[in-house]
Amino acid sequence: MATEASRQPVSWFRGFYAAGVVPWVGRGLVVLLFVWLGVNLSKTPGDFGILLVEGVTLGLVYGLVALGYSLVYGILELINFAHGDVFMLGSWMSLYIGVQKLGLDASSSGFKVVWGLALTLVCAMAFCGLLNASIERVAYRPLRNAPRLAPLITAIGMSFILQDVGLKQLGSAPVSLPNILPTGTVFTIGGNKYGWDHLIVGLSALPVLALLVWLVQRTRQGRGMRATAQDQEAAAMMGINVNGTIWFTFMIAGALAGVAGLLYALYSTNIAYDQGFTLGLIAFTSAVLGGIGNLPGAVLGAILIGLIQQFNEGLSWHAPGSDWTQSIVFAILILILVFRPEGLLGERTPEGG
Amino acid sequence: MPEIGKIVDEVRDPWYRRWAGFPGEWKRRYRGLDDRQRFQVGVVIRALVVIGLIFIGWPLALLVAVLFAVPYALAYVPKPWNRFNKFVIPTIVLVIAVTYPFVYSGAGVRLEGRTLNLLGAYPTLGTMVIMGVYAMMAVGLNIVVGYAGLLDLGYVAFYAMGSYTAAWFASIQFAHRNIHFGAVGVGPNTPGIHISIWILLLLAGIFTAIIGVLIGLPTLRLRGDYLAIVTLGFGEILPQVARNGDNLGGFNLTNGPNGITPIDPPGFGNLNFLTGSGTFWTTERLYFWGVLVLVIITVFCSLRLRDSRLGRAWIAIREDETAAAAMGIPLMRTKTWAYATGAFFGGVAGAYFASFKQATFPGDFSFNISAFILSMVILGGMGNVWGVVLGASFLAFLNQQGLADIGHSFNNTFGTSLDVPKYQFGIYGIIIVATMLLRPEGLIPSARRKAEFHEGVADTPLYDVQA
Repeated sequence: MATEASRQPVSWFRGFYAAGVVPWVGRGLVVLLFVWLGVNLSKTPGDFGILLVEGVTLGLVYGLVALGYSLVYGILELINFAHGDVFMLGSWMSLYIGVQKLGLDASSSGFKVVWGLALTLVCAMAFCGLLNASIERVAYRPLRNAPRLAPLITAIGMSFILQDVGLKQLGSAPVSLPNILPTGTVFTIGGNKYGWDHLIVGLSALPVLALLVWLVQRTRQGRGMRATAQDQEAAAMMGINVNGTIWFTFMIAGALAGVAGLLYALYSTNIAYDQGFTLGLIAFTSAVLGGIGNLPGAVLGAILIGLIQQFNEGLSWHAPGSDWTQSIVFAILILILVFRPEGLLGERTPEGG
Repeated sequence: MPEIGKIVDEVRDPWYRRWAGFPGEWKRRYRGLDDRQRFQVGVVIRALVVIGLIFIGWPLALLVAVLFAVPYALAYVPKPWNRFNKFVIPTIVLVIAVTYPFVYSGAGVRLEGRTLNLLGAYPTLGTMVIMGVYAMMAVGLNIVVGYAGLLDLGYVAFYAMGSYTAAWFASIQFAHRNIHFGAVGVGPNTPGIHISIWILLLLAGIFTAIIGVLIGLPTLRLRGDYLAIVTLGFGEILPQVARNGDNLGGFNLTNGPNGITPIDPPGFGNLNFLTGSGTFWTTERLYFWGVLVLVIITVFCSLRLRDSRLGRAWIAIREDETAAAAMGIPLMRTKTWAYATGAFFGGVAGAYFASFKQATFPGDFSFNISAFILSMVILGGMGNVWGVVLGASFLAFLNQQGLADIGHSFNNTFGTSLDVPKYQFGIYGIIIVATMLLRPEGLIPSARRKAEFHEGVADTPLYDVQA
């Protein structure tokens, strides 16, 4: 047996690992990235500054979606493909309640905007939370003991179904929203304006994140979630209602997607039925980048991805441009999964996840 | 030991859970039945299916009735001859497939103009070609997903690679070269590279297999769901490269969003597939028989591979990676072979499809196509080649003409104006979800796969990340 094992050829890839080449290549890439950013900063400091701020804003919105992936993955080890489409339906719900039912638009008074958006937010959160939780109940729970790939395949199917629900409601062309938030300028960097609407969107994400941290870290339910994530059987023996906890987690993840749906609609004032797929994958990449299952990591990863996207699309010196954004994000995803599957903040676990 | 729990669960199950388990789980379906009763239940169910099909169209019902009846009849074949039994059904299917052009528009039965009531018209020959191409891709994906148990969400990348290989070497894309080799219907002074499509099919397969190995080597060490995501990533990157590939450092590789067109047709000597020859060798018949030969080769290779040493290693890995490794199966090499083989067939199918459409566009290669092919594999039955071919034919038929016809009859019946083909991917989504929940082993299950789905497997992979 021993000779058999020793005759196994070492793959060239494993050889790279053994020689310690991989970390140095990685470091080299990071250095190149910083050189590129530095040159751009010195050439166009104004653009660089505004893209930095915009990137963080966009990243916070991505972060809300990424947290949904991370929460579900943490507890069920399932990549919930349908999450991006729940987020898309959150955007649609915001459009439906806020614009079509309440009639919010650019000319609404400040008071009406505040209560209107609050009501829209509650509706979107409740809708997405219940939607996500019912998907869990109908599509994932019956497959709890099936082979691992079965719920993943079901999730892809659910994603298509939800996407077509969005297609039915939104139509195939993107729908634009009125500028509900004030669009005045907060500050300018080198002649580039940063609007109030973007500031409000960015800041609104923060209390949601704080609330989530409180929920997971401080409450009884949160403790149940963490326990279930660690070991479902042991948690059940300690008297935790495992199915209920998983249901609740999907509910929370959905509610976050609802918030993100509203904020994204306000941020880009343009929603489309297929935004869930692209943005969902970007958010999933963020979650992986930060370390999947790790909540602060998801937000950090999302901000990094937001920055990368903005820099790539906005900088002028040797930026690949928006044609390549998706490829860059996926390249990051692949590199992270292959070389550092635990992500930036994740712990190195035997599962590599 | 877990028997008591199982019994209690069954008693507690509400009716809809029991119903949900009914069609798939043979243990429940046949609970309390002896062999004789099982036989009777089988006869009744098959008879009901045939009666149902009569309402759709009698030629189809006749075909299915024959296929259902054959196994019953074969039981009475005496000993010395019964070793040919396993060839009977494939032969029937093959004969019908080969003669389909005559059945469709010939003098006898003549399916052209006849309808499958709800499902609309019988598939035209053009549709049959596309069904065949998708069947090849599905059989290829089945090697990866069904045999080796590796979920590949980026299969469209292989299809794209095959299409572009055909496009590069059989069109005027590289006009500054002038290489001709066996191409049909191309004048000797036409610029560009023009190589015979038959050679290109092989070349496309090999190219794609190499791409598959390149994608596979670094990523196959990942766990199942991570692997799925990485392949999805590649499936998104490759088409984007194709879309932006009209200016890669000043070099026009893929002609960008305009795609590469026209692509040379296949042919033999004076027989050009695109122009046909006389009333017998028409264009559609030629393309159809061409794809039929390719499908037969693919199915044959797939079946032989399954029973080979390599195929048994794939199945062992799928069932229990740890045990397979302990038995001395080299995990990485075996998985990479699965990837390369699956990719090979995807590439061949892509090249033939490109030649049939005479064009390749980056817009054809979206994630939806990957999921579409995956749903063929799932619907037909993961791991079972015949099931996969059936699933692929059915879904490709729906995609090509069935859904539009169903939409028409639906709208006529209920007075609605729903654009059914617009929601095709939602319908495939419903098919995927329903199959996974109700009958995870698919329409024609492979016995092993069925047992895995219903009894569970040691599904904890060997974590082989980080040296």
